[in-house]
Amino acid sequence: MLSHLPILQVVVPLLAAPACLLLDRSRLVWIFTVLACGLSLLISMLLLYQVSQHGTLSYDLGGWDAPWGIEYRIDLLSAYVMLVVSGIATLVIVAAGTGLEREIPLEKQTVFYVTYLLCLAGLLGIVATGDIFNVFVFLEISSLATYALIAYGRDRRALWAAYQYLIVGTIGATFILIGIGFLYSLTGTLNMQDLAARIPDSAGSRTASTAFVFIVVGVCLKLALFPLHLWLPNAYAYAPSLVTAFLAATATKVAVYLLIRLHFSVFGEQFASSSLPLHGILLTLGLAGVFVASLVAIFQPDIKRLFAYSSIAQIGYMIIGIGFGTAIGLQATLLHLFNHALMKGALFLALAAVVYRLGSADISAFRGLGRRMPWTMAAIVIGGLSLIGMPLTVGFVSKWYLILAAIEAGMWPVALLVVTGSILAVVYVWRLVEAAYFQPPENELPEGLDGPDRREAPLTLLVPTWLLVLVNIYLGIDTRLTVGTSGAVASALLGGGQ
Amino acid sequence: MLLLLAITALAIAWLRDLFAAVMLAGIYGLLSASFFVSVDAVDVAFTEAAVGAGIFPLLMLAALALVGRNEQTAYRRPLISLLLVSITGAALVLGTLDMPAFGSADAPPHNHVAVRYIEESPKEIGIPNMVTSVLADYRSFDTLGEVVVVFTAAMGVLGLLFTGRAASPGSATERANMYDHRVLRVVSKMLIPLILLFALYVQFHGEYGPGGGFQAGVIFAAGIILYAMLFGFGNAQRVVRPALLQILAACGVLIYGSVGVVCLLSGGNFLDYSQLLPDPLVGRHVGILVIELGVGITVASAMILIFYAFASATVNSEEVA
Amino acid sequence: MLPELYNYWVVILLMMTGFYIVIVQGNLIKKLIGLNLFQTSVFIFYISLGKVSGGSAPIFAEGVSSYSNPLPHVLILTAIVVGIATTALALALVIRIRNAYGTVEEEELQQRDLEC
Repeated sequence: MLSHLPILQVVVPLLAAPACLLLDRSRLVWIFTVLACGLSLLISMLLLYQVSQHGTLSYDLGGWDAPWGIEYRIDLLSAYVMLVVSGIATLVIVAAGTGLEREIPLEKQTVFYVTYLLCLAGLLGIVATGDIFNVFVFLEISSLATYALIAYGRDRRALWAAYQYLIVGTIGATFILIGIGFLYSLTGTLNMQDLAARIPDSAGSRTASTAFVFIVVGVCLKLALFPLHLWLPNAYAYAPSLVTAFLAATATKVAVYLLIRLHFSVFGEQFASSSLPLHGILLTLGLAGVFVASLVAIFQPDIKRLFAYSSIAQIGYMIIGIGFGTAIGLQATLLHLFNHALMKGALFLALAAVVYRLGSADISAFRGLGRRMPWTMAAIVIGGLSLIGMPLTVGFVSKWYLILAAIEAGMWPVALLVVTGSILAVVYVWRLVEAAYFQPPENELPEGLDGPDRREAPLTLLVPTWLLVLVNIYLGIDTRLTVGTSGAVASALLGGGQ
Repeated sequence: MLLLLAITALAIAWLRDLFAAVMLAGIYGLLSASFFVSVDAVDVAFTEAAVGAGIFPLLMLAALALVGRNEQTAYRRPLISLLLVSITGAALVLGTLDMPAFGSADAPPHNHVAVRYIEESPKEIGIPNMVTSVLADYRSFDTLGEVVVVFTAAMGVLGLLFTGRAASPGSATERANMYDHRVLRVVSKMLIPLILLFALYVQFHGEYGPGGGFQAGVIFAAGIILYAMLFGFGNAQRVVRPALLQILAACGVLIYGSVGVVCLLSGGNFLDYSQLLPDPLVGRHVGILVIELGVGITVASAMILIFYAFASATVNSEEVA
Repeated sequence: MLPELYNYWVVILLMMTGFYIVIVQGNLIKKLIGLNLFQTSVFIFYISLGKVSGGSAPIFAEGVSSYSNPLPHVLILTAIVVGIATTALALALVIRIRNAYGTVEEEELQQRDLEC
């Protein structure tokens, strides 16, 4: 059975979803979903172990050899991303046991869990596959599920946000489809390995360059790279809090993964940098993203929206890392990819706890919260520190490598700008800290809530949050695992790309 | 043919009346289906005709009935948009310059992976329709993904619209608009069984000619939807209950998936049908037959579910009004 | 070169017409019609890729030696299904938006959001 792990990773949540619908008893469905997510987490751990021991795994679906059938290909990078995705998915779904009841009516919960599992399966499928058209199919599974999940938000603006995301996402997917078509017309294959072997034959071909541009733009729409980010803040702000926690920590990360995979494993660094001034474009857009989004974040009254803008800024950092075009830059990107998933997972889960108790994530709701919900607020503070890049948190590690990469590339201004960006993060995190610890609580109660509700969040929400917070701190101190893996992956991607 | 398509597309862009635009979009689907026939893609033509000229306008009209057919606002930032579109289009044209010529037999796509599909599949898989061979065997995992996409959409629509209540019989909406057309009713009473029968034929004939689970599912759904439109949704929902449809939609995906799991348990890779039976070729036949059945069940029940959900939204909004 | 690639250029024109409708129109339903146009045109592009002059439909028959390429057909079968699934979900969203806001025009939606 161990040799089938690559496919089981995706098929377990994929088939658990329709099975869930058959159960149709919301408590039972929840337990079942937790089991499915936990199983998929277990599988991803085993896969990571296998890959680190025996190298890249290849699995032929239907028993057909690679270019004819669809191949699943798990290397260190995909195993790591799958671990992050299924880990976050499991924690969020555990928290959903109690956290969901105030956000989604009971009769819709079964369908919600089904959609959630489908979204997870789609994301995992994108990461596991070695076939470029299969990427498109699973991208659409996860996207459709995401639109539906966002629309569960109670505010009517959630619907509008989901619609906008749907339009942008579909345009992105269609761009990717066009790119795949151009590639196919040149090479006659859809397998990534096969493509990588055949693209150099048509180096300098305008068709290949066009394919590259369309695929990159399509993926960038999905990962909300500035200035293609407009769909993200509303989607994150109005989706149910737990959905935001899941999406913020996984969906954009998978999109970044896809960018890295297509850029380095399919086209190869040489092709990508020779056909376009890509590095300059990525650096500029990344930096612009960091500054614009951080500045906007400072003025957001809604904290979910604030952290959504902060996500766009953090994606900017990841893109800067790719923009250097060096191994250490890519390593910084990978580190930040993992670390940001941990930070934002913790932050949005903590926010979900606040929304659970107070029914709002407005800055005014946070007044005096330091005393009323000490554990939740402490989690938010540590997550915020990590976002800023304080030493002893994971955020420091990735920022440090990003600055190292800038210095190594001789780009002092970029290093300085990265530091300045962190100062902006200090400002928006401080606003929150000030409200929570230095302002008296509001006297009048928010409507619809009575006294007993204004206390610490239930344990089922706190435990997953704090698990993530502890991982944040642990990996900030003991950096061997993340730095070692990302270093190995980065050099493999740059060296083995040809 | 392409010229006709272009005219239709421009007309859609030009028109203000949404109803007409939907109709033209249906015509566009039909035209592209006939284009597909002219370039030998019969399976695709079949599907595009059923979707582009069938399900798509149907869903659109159901939605238009709720939101009104008139478009009001002016264009937003037309110049910038035009510029953006022109740049995109120019990039695409530039990209085609190094592409192999249209129809040339020595282009790379026809000389790499596809060669095996064309030359070996009649022997390896044992069925004449190569599209079905690739769809249901070589790349059957994509098809599983496709079924899951349909299932996901049905779940999404259900989460958004379904209230769980069926339309109460005898209410105003019960007598659907077309109920009074006696001719229509009599004709379709004869037609509906034929449509359902044809769906079954398409379902099981996919190995030899164009067709297969997806097309069959769409046709079957069309039959039920026609019934619902003529005899009222309350009646249709009593014949085909929404709860049953949910179970069926889930079962279709599960049937497909469990074929894969059975292959896995009998020692092959996921979806390796040759492991199903001692004779690999027979095993492949059985595998393809069963997964096509799964596709058909999920697609048919998902489409009907989506349509019911739209219809129940109609009923509810009328109650509000 | 021109007659050989002419087909593709018309298809690109079709795609861009659809794309233009998506970004320029304020009506949510019309946007979806444009999106459908955009996607269908991409399908036409793919199927054109699979055409082999003198080939016949890829269903095995005695005495036929040249077939058109079946792979693009398979991909597009999948893509058509994905497209209609997206449309269905989008329409459900539009219906809900209409019920919640009372309009499906983008400008009015934005105004109503600003008001509250």
